[in-house]
Amino acid sequence: MHAPQLELSRPGRGPMVPAPFEVVAKRRDTVDTWTLELEPRSGELLRFAPGQFTMLSAGGAGEVPISISGDPGRPERLVHTVRAVGLATRAICDADPGRVLGVRGPFGTPWPVEEVRGLDVVVAAGGIGLAPLRPALIELLSRRGEYGRLVLLYGGRAPDQLLYGDQLRDWAERGFEVLVTVDGAGPEWLGHVGVVTRLVKRAELDWTTAAAMLCGPEVMLRFMVTALLDQGVSSGRIYASMERNMQCGIGHCGHCQLGPTLVCRDGPVYRWSELERWLAIREL
Amino acid sequence: MSAAHVVERIDFDALLDALARRGYTIVGPTVRDQAIVYDEIASSMDLPVGWTDEQEAGQYRLRRRDDEALFGYAVGPHSWKQYQLPAEVKLWRARVDQDGALSDVTEPARDTPRYAFLGARSCELHAIGILDRVLLGGSHTDPADSARTQDLFIVAVQCGEAGGTCFCVSMKTGPVAERGFDLALTEVLEERRHYFVVEVGSERGADVLAEVPHTQAHGSERDAAGAVHARTASQMGRELDVTEIKELLYRNLDHPQWEEVAERCLTCGNCTMVCPTCFCTTVEDVTDLAGDHVERHQRWDSCFTVDYSGIHGGAVRGSAKSRYRQWMTHKLATWHDQFGSSGCVGCGRCITWCPVGIDLTAEAAMIRASDREGTSAPGSGSPSMIRASDSGAPGAPGGPK
Amino acid sequence: MKGLEDLIADASVFAGLEPRRLALIAGCAGNAHIRAGTMLFQEGQPADRFFLIRHGAIALEVHSPGTGSHVIETLGEGEVVGWSWLFKPYRWQFDARAIQPARLVAFDGACLRAKCDADHELGYQLMQRFASAMLERLQATRLQLLDIYGDARTPA
Repeated sequence: MHAPQLELSRPGRGPMVPAPFEVVAKRRDTVDTWTLELEPRSGELLRFAPGQFTMLSAGGAGEVPISISGDPGRPERLVHTVRAVGLATRAICDADPGRVLGVRGPFGTPWPVEEVRGLDVVVAAGGIGLAPLRPALIELLSRRGEYGRLVLLYGGRAPDQLLYGDQLRDWAERGFEVLVTVDGAGPEWLGHVGVVTRLVKRAELDWTTAAAMLCGPEVMLRFMVTALLDQGVSSGRIYASMERNMQCGIGHCGHCQLGPTLVCRDGPVYRWSELERWLAIREL
Repeated sequence: MSAAHVVERIDFDALLDALARRGYTIVGPTVRDQAIVYDEIASSMDLPVGWTDEQEAGQYRLRRRDDEALFGYAVGPHSWKQYQLPAEVKLWRARVDQDGALSDVTEPARDTPRYAFLGARSCELHAIGILDRVLLGGSHTDPADSARTQDLFIVAVQCGEAGGTCFCVSMKTGPVAERGFDLALTEVLEERRHYFVVEVGSERGADVLAEVPHTQAHGSERDAAGAVHARTASQMGRELDVTEIKELLYRNLDHPQWEEVAERCLTCGNCTMVCPTCFCTTVEDVTDLAGDHVERHQRWDSCFTVDYSGIHGGAVRGSAKSRYRQWMTHKLATWHDQFGSSGCVGCGRCITWCPVGIDLTAEAAMIRASDREGTSAPGSGSPSMIRASDSGAPGAPGGPK
Repeated sequence: MKGLEDLIADASVFAGLEPRRLALIAGCAGNAHIRAGTMLFQEGQPADRFFLIRHGAIALEVHSPGTGSHVIETLGEGEVVGWSWLFKPYRWQFDARAIQPARLVAFDGACLRAKCDADHELGYQLMQRFASAMLERLQATRLQLLDIYGDARTPA
C-alpha cells in the first residue's frame, strides 16, 4: 500500500523543516494523555487520510511521530492525542493554548476505508491505540450507509485510562456497536472486565466477509489477530497500524525498518498477511 | 570498448587543469594516516603515486610498488558517500520565540562545491547510483540532497588490480565500469611507457578531453587496456553466490549462524561507516544555552547501536545477533524489496575494516551450505533441539518428531 | 531406570489411571531432553505435542518488540506444558523456553487425540484431569492479574 500523493511540501521549504501550528484547545484525557487541537499559523491546512501521522515537535525538545486523531473531513483543526512518556512528548503535552508546535507531514499509509466499503467492519483498539483509529471511525460513520455492521472493540487497562468516553456513546448512537473492556476495575465499573480478545465472541457480524482494523500494543495485535482468524476473518482483510522508531518520516534515515518495509513509507497501516511472516521472528 | 583515446602520463595534469578551469573541486585518492583516503586533489602528485594496498579480513596496510602507478590500489576506508551524504549536515537553524514558535528558519545555502570525482571505481559508480536511488528515488526528496550531486563530474578508473577482499565480479558491479562516468581511464604501465586509455562517457567528458593532449587509441593500446581489465577480473579476493540470495536469507532468519557470528561481532559499526551505500542517519535538535535558537542536525548513524531501534519500552533489536542480522539482511536481501537492487557492490570494505575480520561472503556461504529450506517453521522443536532418547519403554513407537 | 509408563504414572496429572490406559498413553510418548536457554516451542507454530516435565524448569513467555520477553509463568517437575494440542487450530499461543536443562516426556498430540477418539472412556478420564489442571492455572492467573503487590495507581 502506498501513501496517497497528498500535498506536503511547502514552497521553499524542505521536508525536514517543520510548519508552525498553534495550540488552540487542549484537553486532558487521562493521567498521562492529552488531546491537543492545532491550527496552522501559515494558514495552509494539513489534509490527511485516516491513519497517517505527523512528526511533531515542541521548541527544541525533539521530534516524535504522532498519529493524527482528528476528523479528516475537518482539516482546519489538526488533532493529536499524545501520551507523555519522554522528553519530546512531555514538552508537547506541556504546551498550552497559544504555544506553537512544529509539524511535518502527513506521512504514512492510511486505513483502508475505501477498500472495505460494503463489508462488515470490526475496529479493535487497545489503550492509546484508539487515537490513530479515531479518524477512521469518524470517516466510517460519515458514510454509514456504505458499510455493513460496524463494531468497535476497545480495551484499556482501567476505567480512568479509557479515551474519548463521551464520544464512545455518540458513536454507539450513530451506528457502531461499541464494546468496551478493562483489565481490572473497582465495583463502580459496570462494564466488561477482561482482555479485549474476549470481546470478539460477543460481537455479532459476518466474520467470514468482515474486515478488521487494529491498533494497540503489538502483543495485543497478535492475540487479536489469532482470535479474529479463529472466527473466520481472512488475514487479507485484517489491517494493523505498526510502530517502530521513526525519525525522518520520509524514508531516508533507515530507523523504521520492519523486515523489507519502512514503516514511515509502507506503513504504519499494513495488511496483516504482509506482516505475519516478519512478526514471527523475534527482534527482527 | 568503443572509440578510445590515449593520454600520456606526462599530460595527466592537463586533465586536472581542464576540470579546475571549469570550477570543479577535484576530490580523489591521497595518502594520509597510512591509508588511501579521498580528499581534495590539486595535481597528480597528490595521488598515491607508487603505492598499493594489501587488504584482508581485518587488515589493511600500504606497500610501495616498484612502479609509479597513480591508481595501483583498490579502495580505502573512505567512499564517495561522504560527498553525497555528508557525515554531519545542518538541516536548518531557527529562532525560538516566547510562544515556542520557530521563526527565521534558515536552511543553509546550497553552496556545496561542484565536485569532480577523480578515480571512482566501477563498484563505486554503482554505489553512487544506489545511494542516489535511496535519497532521491522516493516520494519525498530533500532538495538539499539533490543539490549536492546534480553537477557531479566523474572520472572513473578501471581497476588495475583487485583488492584482497573485492568481489565486484560476483555482484556484477565490476571491475569494468560501463556507464555512469564522464570519462573512464585505464592505466597501462609498460616498460618504457606509462599511459591511460580513455573512454568518453558523456558530452561533458568529451569537452574536457578536448583540452587534454591525446591521440586516438591503436588496437594494441586498446588490447593492453582489455588485458588489464581481464587480469583484474581474475584476481577477485572473494566470491559471493547471489543466486536467489534474498529468498535464501528470508527463510534463514532463525539460522544458528546468526548466533555464531554474534559471538564475534563487537557491534562497533565500522562496516556501516565504510560501506558506500549505508545511508542511515539520525536527526537531532540542538538548542543553545539560552534556548533562543535551535538547529536541526543530521548525522550518520548505524543500525549497530542499541538506540537505533528504540521504541517506548526499549530496543527492538537488543542483541548483537539481531543487529548483525539486520545489517547483513538489509544489505543483501531487504534492500531489493525496498529499493529495487542489492545494497552491496562487492567493494570488500566491510571485510577489510572489521576489527575481528567478519566476512559477509563467508557468513552467506555458511547459511547457504546449511539452508533450512524444507524444514518446518523456525524453532519448532526439530530433532536438532530436542534429542529423544527412548529409554526403557518397550515397544514405544514414535517419540517426538 | 524407569520405564515410560512408570514415569507417566508418577505424574499427578495422570494419577489414578489404570495400567491399560497408561500403556495407551505411553504409546504416544518418548523421552526428550533440552538444554537450558533453548526454545521448546514458539508462539504461532503448530502445536503437535505436549510435555511432562521430569526434571528442570520451563518458562512460558510472551515476546514484545522493545520490552523483550516477559515470563508469564514457570513450570517445573511433574507439571504439564502445553494445552493447545487439544483444540483447533492446534497452534501455540505462547513461547516456552527451558530455563534449566530439562528432561521431559514428550507426547504426540495427534496420536493421543486419535486414541481418545477411539476410546471415549480414556478421553473422558484425560479431559477430567486436564480440566482440573487448567482450572488451577486459571485461578492462579486471576490472582496474578490483581497485581496485589503494586501501588494503587501508577501510570504506565
